[in-house]
Amino acid sequence: MTSNPENNSSVEIRPIGSLQSCISKPDGSAVFTQGDTSVMAAVYGPGDVKPNKALMDKATVTVTYKPKIGISGVREKALERMIRNTCETVLLTTLFPRSSVDIIVQEIQDAGALLACSINAACLAMINAGIPMKCTVAASCCMMGKDEELIMDPTKEQTKDAECVLTSAIDSSAHSLIASSMQGSCSVEQYHKLMSVCQKACDKVFEFYREAMERTLSKP
Amino acid sequence: MAASMDDFEPRVVLPGDSLMGHIPGELHGKMTLGPGLRQDETKIFSTKAGILKRKNPHTFWIDCHQKRYVPAKGDKVLGVVTQKAGDVFRVDIGGQSQAILSYLAFEGATKRNRPNVQVGDVVYAKLLVANRDMEPELVCIDSSGRSQGLGVVGSDGFMFRCTLGLVRRLLLKDCPMLKFLGEKISYEIAIGMNGRIWVRAKSIHTTIAVVTALTNCEFMSEDDMKKMLRKLVAAGFHDSRPKPN
Repeated sequence: MTSNPENNSSVEIRPIGSLQSCISKPDGSAVFTQGDTSVMAAVYGPGDVKPNKALMDKATVTVTYKPKIGISGVREKALERMIRNTCETVLLTTLFPRSSVDIIVQEIQDAGALLACSINAACLAMINAGIPMKCTVAASCCMMGKDEELIMDPTKEQTKDAECVLTSAIDSSAHSLIASSMQGSCSVEQYHKLMSVCQKACDKVFEFYREAMERTLSKP
Repeated sequence: MAASMDDFEPRVVLPGDSLMGHIPGELHGKMTLGPGLRQDETKIFSTKAGILKRKNPHTFWIDCHQKRYVPAKGDKVLGVVTQKAGDVFRVDIGGQSQAILSYLAFEGATKRNRPNVQVGDVVYAKLLVANRDMEPELVCIDSSGRSQGLGVVGSDGFMFRCTLGLVRRLLLKDCPMLKFLGEKISYEIAIGMNGRIWVRAKSIHTTIAVVTALTNCEFMSEDDMKKMLRKLVAAGFHDSRPKPN
């Protein structure tokens, strides 16, 4: 690993920004931006659940993904699934049996790394709502170009000539992998390279969460 | 021990932070954990983002700006009666499920003498049962059968919703807001731990003024509160009754 030159260089991701409690009705909400990519997430819960969806031992987590234009199709369903499974892993769902946690993710602008941005927005909204969580989660995107160069947090333009694009979500306590989604193909060594870069980028997101919370909580 | 107590500083924590480093070593294994903290084997983790606080000698909790109420035993809450179902009323208290309130749980109520409670009434009640596996249950009496201020609150007041942080702030022992307001304006107030506040003053105008003052004071310092109240009084929202001799 240490022989990898990419590991030694600092990981550059596009500037991150956030806005919390941006909508008044939900229990928690946040806008998360990474470069030009921007996603808004809202969280309701723990709340009432339909009897046929209630689980006896834990809360039911549902994610609704709203595309910028048009109605949601298969692509959106796949994103929903990814976000839902990632969020459920970090939530302490067993504390609220027979209840629901609803997460709504609204795409505002897609300029690459949309899934990573959506997961980060959902996590920040859950932190904002104060739902008990095991730990926080951050996701980041990394791509490998034609001549094996790694590009961190690529834009939509850059991903057009990518050999493979990896999005991975990592938890804050053990820094272990929660979810990973890959388009394209690469060798095992290349995968490890991509993973280690993603991990560093996720650390930056964790730092950002802390800064963002310190800012909002220091308000008096 | 005294030295380590002074070391503690309220600080911002995020979900999943281990708190073993911030808690004096001699307290490990013998402290009381409040909201937002979780014990996993011997380690203590936070489960919410907020400010870690401590009440001496060994009580710790996390203060966070939350909107959703999670019922807790002994809390006094404001709820809206949504349904009359046989022997019980169903009351919406803002939690994940509706609470039940027996018609016998009112002062002076008997099987023959039912309390006059209608759907849509606002009740101020105390949580008798609140745990994750059971329906929350409310009562409007204490253990000796007295109402102690609990029961249906008048329909001429106004109930509004706010964050749980504001409620906790208003109920702090040294919160000056209610006292300042009371010096200038006479009003009645019921504060529910579920983020609902009911206010009644002499006129609708004054009630609205009190509600505005309370909603605005969440992020105010003591001086700002005084300033705001001075403005309120200057605008004519005060009692014109003669001072008692």
